[in-house]
Amino acid sequence: MDKGTWTVKCGLAQMLKGGVIMDVVTPEHAKISEEAGACAVMALERVPADIRDEGGVARMADPTVIEAIKEAVSIPVMAKCRIGHFVEAQALEALGVDFLDESEVLTPADESHHIWKHDFKVPFVCGCRDLGEALRRIAEGAAMIRTKGEAGTGNIVEAVRHMRAVMDEMRKIQSMPTDELTAEAKALGAPLELVVEVHKTGKLPVVNFAAGGIATPADAALMMQLGAEGVFVGSGIFKSSDPEQMARAIVKATTHYRDPEIIAEVSKGLGAAMPGIDIKTIPQDELLAPRGW
Amino acid sequence: MKKIGVLAQQGAFVEHIALLRRLEVEAFPVRVAKELDGLDGLIIPGGESSSIGILMKEYDLVEPVRRLAKRGFPIMGTCAGMILMAKRISGWHLEPLGAMDMDVRRNAFGRQVDSFETALEIPVIGKPPFHAVFIRAPYIEKVGDGVDILARLPNGIGVAAREGSMVALAFHPELTNDLRLHSYFLDIVCGKG
Repeated sequence: MDKGTWTVKCGLAQMLKGGVIMDVVTPEHAKISEEAGACAVMALERVPADIRDEGGVARMADPTVIEAIKEAVSIPVMAKCRIGHFVEAQALEALGVDFLDESEVLTPADESHHIWKHDFKVPFVCGCRDLGEALRRIAEGAAMIRTKGEAGTGNIVEAVRHMRAVMDEMRKIQSMPTDELTAEAKALGAPLELVVEVHKTGKLPVVNFAAGGIATPADAALMMQLGAEGVFVGSGIFKSSDPEQMARAIVKATTHYRDPEIIAEVSKGLGAAMPGIDIKTIPQDELLAPRGW
Repeated sequence: MKKIGVLAQQGAFVEHIALLRRLEVEAFPVRVAKELDGLDGLIIPGGESSSIGILMKEYDLVEPVRRLAKRGFPIMGTCAGMILMAKRISGWHLEPLGAMDMDVRRNAFGRQVDSFETALEIPVIGKPPFHAVFIRAPYIEKVGDGVDILARLPNGIGVAAREGSMVALAFHPELTNDLRLHSYFLDIVCGKG
């Protein structure tokens, strides 16, 4: 019996597909998420919108919070560690977390190096803004990718930009003659063998979700139609006026993302979505997506 | 050509559809009850059993699938699918479909760090052993008289079962390239198994 293999790491990501992963800060949030149909929860001390408001250094959550959330639900529990902070990752693995997010939402611990994720038995998900970044993270051992978007804004524009960048680049590589793939790998800063794989299959070698700015059922369905295989919703649920209804509606819209009648139906009477932020009003050095490379 | 539906509320349904198409059957995702019409068989895929169960309930698929099971319709469930097909489930707050007379324990091997892959002897598909991938998998605690255990781990735990035209697997054949279990199910669909 082999544990912690690449197949079982990627396999869990495959089982999450078509689902919604919700940020939660309390066991009560986690229960609401599970009962709404979330396929996993992300255990945090603060949702991204609060991290953005409060500033300071954002670190891995207190293990007490994570343990309480693990106790509360039977679905997978994820947690975030800082980019490059492999000791936070080791601690979270020891806690028995099901998936780790090496996340730009927390303050990076290393501005040059990401974690070598092959060293771990627990699977990792990492953010990306384009295909090169996605393939670099996969080469380091990420078993799942999510486009970064701009977390804590309730604004979908960056998520759309990043998903389109990844999908467009893959379409381009797929249609390239093979003798151009080496130069393309060099330009992307990505390993050639992964570029060749994208050329053959037209898709990433691991599951790709969307994240960062999803605030409504229509946002979730938009990302699914653009090519996401599932969505992360951070502040969008528990910063809305009716989290239970919003959670249920986003779950339904993610499954029925190609059915406009269902999306219209589930969008009715949800109350106020989280307040959004225009990305242009955020000072450059407060943007989260450029963290990591 | 036989038509097989794959429940597509959430989970790894695309993988099942791809394997079925390699076996030259028509395969479709099923998200709402009317998409069950005209099918010859149904697969309930791996995924998060609570997500799938909740969405089946919300979109009125529970009773139609129960009715199909009652009249002996071929259904195969993998991992979350096995959980949903059971009569009784440990570690679960929703009402199962109760399609097969068995008790199943959810997340029975532990958390993700305990997920594993192993070579599994499954006599009904012959040699070589099947490369079985178990992800936060369930196992079978108890079966009724009409249920046959198709495979056990070396410690004796049941991880695959059949009752009439229904098959339940604790692992994920859809994550491998081995078509034998899907062929086994299609033989049941065609009345040959």
